[in-house]
Amino acid sequence: MRITLEDVEYRYQANTPFEHLALYDVNLSIDSGSYTAIIGHTGSGKSTLLQHLNALLKPTKGRIIIGDRTIEAGRKEKQLRSIRQKVGIVFQFPEHQLFDETVEKDICFGPMNFGVSEADAKVLARKAIQHVGLAEDILEKSPFDLSGGQMRRVAIAGVLAMEPDVLVLDEPTAGLDPRGRKEIMDMFYDLHKKRGISTILVTHSMEDAAKYADEIVIMHQGSVFKKGSPQEIFSDPVQLLELGLDVPDTVRFQLKLQKELGIRFDKPCLNIDDLAIEIDKAMKRGNR
Amino acid sequence: MLDKMIFGRYVPANSVMHRMDPRAKLLLVFFFVCIVFLANNLVTYSLLGLVTLGIILLSKIKIRFLISGLKPVLLLIIFTFLVHILFTKEGKVLYQLGWLEIYEGGLRQGVFISLRFTFLILVTSLLTLTTTPISITDGMEELLNPLKKWKVPVHELALMMSIALRFIPTLMEETDKIMKAQIARGVDFSSGPIKNRIKAIVPLLVPLFVSAFKRAEELATAMEARGYQGGEGRTKYRQLHWGMIDSLCMVGLVILTGVLVLLRS
Repeated sequence: MRITLEDVEYRYQANTPFEHLALYDVNLSIDSGSYTAIIGHTGSGKSTLLQHLNALLKPTKGRIIIGDRTIEAGRKEKQLRSIRQKVGIVFQFPEHQLFDETVEKDICFGPMNFGVSEADAKVLARKAIQHVGLAEDILEKSPFDLSGGQMRRVAIAGVLAMEPDVLVLDEPTAGLDPRGRKEIMDMFYDLHKKRGISTILVTHSMEDAAKYADEIVIMHQGSVFKKGSPQEIFSDPVQLLELGLDVPDTVRFQLKLQKELGIRFDKPCLNIDDLAIEIDKAMKRGNR
Repeated sequence: MLDKMIFGRYVPANSVMHRMDPRAKLLLVFFFVCIVFLANNLVTYSLLGLVTLGIILLSKIKIRFLISGLKPVLLLIIFTFLVHILFTKEGKVLYQLGWLEIYEGGLRQGVFISLRFTFLILVTSLLTLTTTPISITDGMEELLNPLKKWKVPVHELALMMSIALRFIPTLMEETDKIMKAQIARGVDFSSGPIKNRIKAIVPLLVPLFVSAFKRAEELATAMEARGYQGGEGRTKYRQLHWGMIDSLCMVGLVILTGVLVLLRS
């Protein structure tokens, strides 16, 4: 499902002294089956942007086309539920949304809201809990007896069980240990590859953006600053650093080599193997 | 979603109202609320209206913003207006349609009571709009200080109040966040049959309570870790200053009371 944003503007609390322009002139299109990372400072409008992707917020100007639906500013919309079933959002700290007596009921909650029968929802719950790497016996437990990491996974399973076409992730690994972080990110990537789920990842981690995304969008002060493949985005690391954004460790290393030893590279390296090859090439060139 | 609420909110600005001593503001609002009930005819109500307008102008808060903030209570005002207009049977009949009779007294009462409501709400909202929660509680604590003689835990009460006020916005934000998360999971809070809507509250309230309790515990730990041990021997960083303007306003209020007593019928 393709999502297109045209001239989107969003003001919080319009017409009050607290009015705040959070987004303006946002033009963006997210292709079906793509993996897009959205990067930016806190306050750059990332979270506001992603709430537009399933019509939780409606733009104060412009329009958003989600699949075959168009959300236009200033127009009343009905039946947004179908959009919300297709676009699942995993919010920051999603474990805060758990509420039911058992993990199973909580996971079934989403699908059943969208009209799936209880029996089918239970099957979905079983599948989802496996996806997030938890044992099935956890289904009978209360979500409030679990550890923080387990709660996070259960909450994610609750969104996965809705079987969305598009998955929006708002810093899904914030506050997890490095291993849990990698497991969860790999799981999302796996789902993206195997089921062709379009994935939109909001993150602070340049490593994750460089590793998983095919397209990176940089938000700056409420608008899209730059958009491109990881290669394109990281080909100008100085610009990113000037914006106060990070670059992957490998790119930072290249930059340092370039500065201190004068080694020139043809392209930014986004993983260690690549970096090793490029350094090798550069050394050979230099030795000649 | 909860953006429109203005009650209990602070709007930073630099106005006479903002600079006044919170003690004076609390006393003024308290007495104003009392003397609103003195008004009972056209002259006194217009006088109160003028005073309220004056206060609004002094506070430098946009009138449009205040009015949009009145919207949530508009229903209540309209309801009282209708009750009065339909059930007060005094004076001449102004209008008749079948069993529906509107009396002069009913119309009068309806208008006056709605005005009274509006004044009360405007003035009390102005107090919180122009005073930070922390100075409200400081003022409160100072004003209640004499009660310490009778072993009233004034400091603790003030602390409770400031914590409660402090966490209103936080809880609202949290509510908004959880609501959005559940809407994204297919809950419909705003349409559908009443039964479903009531059911939809459970997935909102449970997480809200869980996080509120967690927050309370964390706050208690954090306070203890920083050596909090109640009001004894505690000094204040923010000192309150009673200025000329505060005294003037108090005098003004006394005069207003006198005038109201004279003019009321």
